[in-house]
Amino acid sequence: MERTEADLIAAVLKGDAASFEPLVEKYSPRVFAMARRYARRESEVEDIAQEVWLKAFEKLSSFRGEAPFEHWLMRLALRTCYDSLREHQRNRETTFTELSEPEEVWLDRFLTDPGSSDENADAARQLVNRVLERISPTARLVITLAEIEQRPMKEVARLMGWSVPLAKVRAFRARAEMRKVLSRMAKDKYL
Amino acid sequence: MKLNQLHQKLIEAARTNLPSDAVPYAFPKRIMARLPGRTATDPWASWSHALWRAAATCFAIMLLSTAWTFLAPHHAAPGTDLSQEFENTLVAAVGQDQPADSAW
Repeated sequence: MERTEADLIAAVLKGDAASFEPLVEKYSPRVFAMARRYARRESEVEDIAQEVWLKAFEKLSSFRGEAPFEHWLMRLALRTCYDSLREHQRNRETTFTELSEPEEVWLDRFLTDPGSSDENADAARQLVNRVLERISPTARLVITLAEIEQRPMKEVARLMGWSVPLAKVRAFRARAEMRKVLSRMAKDKYL
Repeated sequence: MKLNQLHQKLIEAARTNLPSDAVPYAFPKRIMARLPGRTATDPWASWSHALWRAAATCFAIMLLSTAWTFLAPHHAAPGTDLSQEFENTLVAAVGQDQPADSAW
């Protein structure tokens, strides 16, 4: 008979560490997908995922079973990604001289004729990652959750442990911050 | 304004770029190998178990004491009972301080 998540968690808390493995197998794809959203390089992804699971094991006693285990785990994963972003925060004053050629071409095309640039192009995806790397960790997190993943503000607030008004304020500031980066990028080009 | 359009276009580009959920080979095994030495036990649960064990021990001692009280051989002097002995003990000091003919 297959053991439920509650059984597995209870067994781990009683000292049976082996019962943790089915949980790792089941939820690792979601943890990796989230880590890839925030990591700058693929080499960081596994470190983040590993940290998430080790924290989950150590803090498992704080899981009270009021919400699904997945929600608890993803919130922990998000906090770990946020901590990782803050740890690796880079100087955001750098210019955009290091744009790759396809990115520059895409941006040129957009600035001359916005309708002709395709949002499905790889260059656009690389460019948005570059922009996200230049905004603050908080702004990046809010933009990712609220705009890219299109989560409701209530959920963003719940995931980050913020109040809804605070999440709204931070979303407003995040958009302003992203716009500032875009503005500088566009000015660096032609405007 | 172009800036708004650029913002929107880049957000749409990011939406189409779903991150992969691929898990490296043997990742769960590597996590499991790192667990020994770490603890997942709940300190409050351990405290609670300790309290229950102590409560069970106290209950057993209480039962043994009760049984011993009822079953032990009775060595009291004839004509005296526990209440009489208790009263004598309690007023012993008073009895010594009072003159023999004093009345209460």
